[in-house]
Amino acid sequence: MSWTEKHQKLEKNSIALLIFIIITIMIGGLIEVIPLFRQETVIEPVSGVRPYTPLELIGQNVYMRENCAVCHSQQIRPLRDEVVRYGHYSLAAESMYDYPFQWGSKRTGPDLARVGAKYSDDWHTQHLRDPRSLVPESIMPTYEFLMHKPARIYDIDKHMATLKKLGVPYTEEMIKHAEHDAYTQAAGEARADTSGLMERYGEDVNARDFDGQKFTTSEMDALVAYLQVLGTMVDFSEVEQIDPDAKLEEPEMSEEVTE
Amino acid sequence: MANTAFETPVYNYDIVRRFTIATVFWGLAGFLVGIILALQLAWPEFNIEPWFNFGRLRPLHTSAVIFAFGGNALFATSYYVVQRTCGVRLWSDGLAKFTFWGYQFFIFMAGTGYLLGINQTKEYAEPEWYADLWLTIVWVAYLIVYLMTVIKRREPHLYVANWFYLAFIITVAVLHIGNGLALPVEFTGIKSYSAFSGVQSAMIQWWYGHNAVGFFLTAGFLGMMYYFVPKQANRPIFSYRLSIIHFWSLIFIYIWAGPHHLHYTALPVWAQTLGMTFSIMLWMPSWGGMINGVMTLSGAWDKLRTDPILRFMIVALAFYGMSTFEGPLMSIRSVNSLSHYTDWTIGHVHSGALGWVGFITFGALYYLVPRLWGRERLYSIKLVNTHLWVATIGIVLYIAAMWVSGIMQGLMWRSYDEMGFLQYSFVETVMAMKPYYIIRVMGGVLYFAGAVTMTYNFWRTIRGDVRNENTDFKVRSAA
Repeated sequence: MSWTEKHQKLEKNSIALLIFIIITIMIGGLIEVIPLFRQETVIEPVSGVRPYTPLELIGQNVYMRENCAVCHSQQIRPLRDEVVRYGHYSLAAESMYDYPFQWGSKRTGPDLARVGAKYSDDWHTQHLRDPRSLVPESIMPTYEFLMHKPARIYDIDKHMATLKKLGVPYTEEMIKHAEHDAYTQAAGEARADTSGLMERYGEDVNARDFDGQKFTTSEMDALVAYLQVLGTMVDFSEVEQIDPDAKLEEPEMSEEVTE
Repeated sequence: MANTAFETPVYNYDIVRRFTIATVFWGLAGFLVGIILALQLAWPEFNIEPWFNFGRLRPLHTSAVIFAFGGNALFATSYYVVQRTCGVRLWSDGLAKFTFWGYQFFIFMAGTGYLLGINQTKEYAEPEWYADLWLTIVWVAYLIVYLMTVIKRREPHLYVANWFYLAFIITVAVLHIGNGLALPVEFTGIKSYSAFSGVQSAMIQWWYGHNAVGFFLTAGFLGMMYYFVPKQANRPIFSYRLSIIHFWSLIFIYIWAGPHHLHYTALPVWAQTLGMTFSIMLWMPSWGGMINGVMTLSGAWDKLRTDPILRFMIVALAFYGMSTFEGPLMSIRSVNSLSHYTDWTIGHVHSGALGWVGFITFGALYYLVPRLWGRERLYSIKLVNTHLWVATIGIVLYIAAMWVSGIMQGLMWRSYDEMGFLQYSFVETVMAMKPYYIIRVMGGVLYFAGAVTMTYNFWRTIRGDVRNENTDFKVRSAA
């Protein structure tokens, strides 16, 4: 048996074996990962997706700290029931500023990719404090403590500078005003001048007192601000116009949707 | 084979004993946290905010079971196997001891961090950058100890178990470094941001995540299987040629399988299709390994009747065969559209983790403990059999409950009423899960109870007790 004899050379030379193993295990990963860094082939261009405001970023950090993604996905699949239940299927561009992605892998609770603007701030706050007061059958844990923890605003500029290095288009202006923008967004138009915030992040930014506690900016404010922006950035009337052929290339998907 | 443990003092058994004790300890801890999580899903009152909410406890469970229980078992058995099959003592006792304390410190750092809310949110790679760096140092030390021991071996041929251990160690290093790339906000702070975002981070995470299954929970434990099954059966491995084919095809194909976790997502379809194709191909090398293990008993099937330790190993291979058939099935896009996001995945993972990883480890531990502590045999062979049956019933309850709840929830999500509207609200599908979540708790409790009997058995064995048993078991526990 010549091939087993050849293999015996590897069995006798552990360094050669090790090198062969490394080559064997690198091939698949490289072929699947490297092409994804040609962004233009992976992320279809859509208008409206912007980096998170400082307050939303703090909220996302709370979301990540509490590991919400183990029960809530943020990825709507192009299947009829999901599009009916949650809205337009998720686009690559919508998570391009999530370091890392929050798509999740299990829906113990519903998908949150488009939860923004579907419920009121009061609903979210009450639901996070005591989910069963609104949905008696819910099995979600309570998050009352978020009401009493101040949002971590003092170093959010450093977080934004880190993300800038990784490729998020935060401007020097945004980083410089980060703290102020965070407080302003949670105070709202009624009690603060939000023109700077709007100028930097757009007119659609939700600026209001999210948690109903007037004089504090809590983690609840930040988390609800984050939840309220989820899935609301893209202008979908434009998406179909920009890329009408995309769905034709994936007949399987369009079938599922229009079935 | 004579028990050379105390005749020739060349082998370092001290380090194997340490890792063995750590394996049992973390196993009990990990299973217990699993039961708490199962209770929380059935009755949310078991959540205690903020430290013991489901989101923070969940990585504690997965890390404790995969990396603490599984990892310590791999350290223990690989250090034992590499010494026995190479005929030399470990290359460095000091560095080996460093890997022990270094690894326990990593587990402690990661686990306490989760409860405090320190979490990168990448599944099975949750520890923050500083813990990741520390693990890298420990892992490189592990590779050095292992490789240097292999290099100074007295046997000219490297036994197949070592190929698997070597592939496991080096690939986990590559995966850990690749997926762990992150930029800390401050070098004096805990928070970092992943170097990758969105689609790229998803692909890299599941390249890592699926190969944590493929190389940590499969290749490493196949190394265990290739040593302990032939040893306990006292027969050579079924086919040398099958070992070669299934080794190289397994490690080549596994790496590609990650994107099946991302069907119907924003990941480009070509990548999803590659992932699915290779996942289906993976069925063959997986069953190659199972066949090689099970057929080792060829001509000695009667041993299954008399040896509950061997029975543990063979049931492990049966679960391995089942879950490596189920996995390719679930990776098919149309099946995945139903199974993804549901408990079916959770059940699949547990048939692999409890059935394959758990049982092959228990089998290896039952083999090792009398030898490591120089005892004639285990305290009780009957208790091994009790453990086997209690744990098997536990697994069956667990995975059957998850099959039913997963498929049911998937179907409820996509059912429409006669008007064409969705028939069920989300919370109605949650309510329907409750009976199955309670069955799962029972399954978990049984599995944990089995592990407790094992711990008791080990404790008495190490003390030197031998239970006077009237049994037909004729086990060569230290022959």
